[in-house]
Amino acid sequence: MATPDFSADVPARRPAEQGSVDLDRRTVLSGLLFGAGVAASMIDLFIFHLVLHWHHFYDRSTTEVALTADGFFHAFGWFITIWGLFLLADVRRRTEVAWRRWAAAVVTGVGLLQLVDGVIDHKVLRIHQIRYGVDLLPYDVAWIGSAVLLILVGLLMLRRTRPSGARREP
Amino acid sequence: MTHQHAAGPWSLLATAVVLVLVVAAAGYAAALWVTRHRSPWPTRRTALWYAGLLCAGAALLGPVAEAARASFTAHMLGHVLLGMLAPLLLVLGAPVTLALRALPPARARTLTRLLRQPAVRTVTHPVVAAALNAGGLWLLYTTDLYHHVHTSALVHAAVHVHVVLAGYVFTASIAGVDPDPHRAPVAVRAAVLVTFMAAHSVLAKWLYVHPPAGVAVADAQAGAQLMYYAGDAVDVTLIVLLLAGWYTAARPRDAAIAGPRAAS
Repeated sequence: MATPDFSADVPARRPAEQGSVDLDRRTVLSGLLFGAGVAASMIDLFIFHLVLHWHHFYDRSTTEVALTADGFFHAFGWFITIWGLFLLADVRRRTEVAWRRWAAAVVTGVGLLQLVDGVIDHKVLRIHQIRYGVDLLPYDVAWIGSAVLLILVGLLMLRRTRPSGARREP
Repeated sequence: MTHQHAAGPWSLLATAVVLVLVVAAAGYAAALWVTRHRSPWPTRRTALWYAGLLCAGAALLGPVAEAARASFTAHMLGHVLLGMLAPLLLVLGAPVTLALRALPPARARTLTRLLRQPAVRTVTHPVVAAALNAGGLWLLYTTDLYHHVHTSALVHAAVHVHVVLAGYVFTASIAGVDPDPHRAPVAVRAAVLVTFMAAHSVLAKWLYVHPPAGVAVADAQAGAQLMYYAGDAVDVTLIVLLLAGWYTAARPRDAAIAGPRAAS
């Protein structure tokens, strides 16, 4: 697979800019934030609340600590989704975006968030469960298993899209 | 109780609301008139200002305000309009910038001096503004205050003035477009905004299971969900505006104009 080399695309005027920005790092950060944010704010809301109706607006077994944690999780999810997109726009106005690398970071971000949600929210804090009135084990295994799989695929993709040569913008 | 609303302090209150709205509308129009020969004022700012006044008016007068006396859901609609949407639109109308353009230099300097007062500076700090805004909501919904809002015109007026002012100052401290010599760093504003959004959604979920005294369960649940989702919509808009500000400030500059202090 060809590795995108965007350092060649950096315009000549770049070196004059103060404070170098590591565009590769910013691309990866953007993807991770966007992936994790989408997993936190949208997959949960649209798929599990609105389409499947597996989740409820409020799970009555929720403790106040869990409720507060969920509130932050929710707000932070929205924030990093939008932050990731603005970082992407920033990379795009500076150079050619390495889209495959960005996509790899998005996959990793989704996986990381699903893992955190599946382990900490579902099992440790017990904010809510995946589904109610069913044996949870297969759901938990599927959830956490898919999260680990996503992370592995994402990391592999990140490895294969590593930029060659000079990685840092002068 | 509802019948007494038609007379006495309640009608006085409605008159005061109309008066404030008319003054705000006429003041903005007068400032536009005075500055008509200067560089054109963006039409969208004017539109946003009047849309904000419309939202505030809709929350305080007419059918929503009427229904809010009996329905918690209607009350919550009024809260979102008055405390979140109207402040956002009014802030984007950039009234301070317009006033500075319209006032004679000496008066404009007085206004600037006023805005630099330590007290103003404290209240407009994102942390203080967010605490005033969210704190007011927690007080309103977790104490007897909500009940008194419907029985005492004075409490009603005080709470609504607080809601709109706290909403305005909070919005301005996070994503204001008017000049602010002491604007907090983006990281601080981002942290405050995320915390505020979390507090707002936690309060909405708390209300879902703990209806204020005298509110039916179904009404409380509908109102709480309205608070949650409408609050999210406004807060997400604030996140976009805040980060758009960062995006503009962090733009790469041409070598010719990049000074030693160019933003990175």
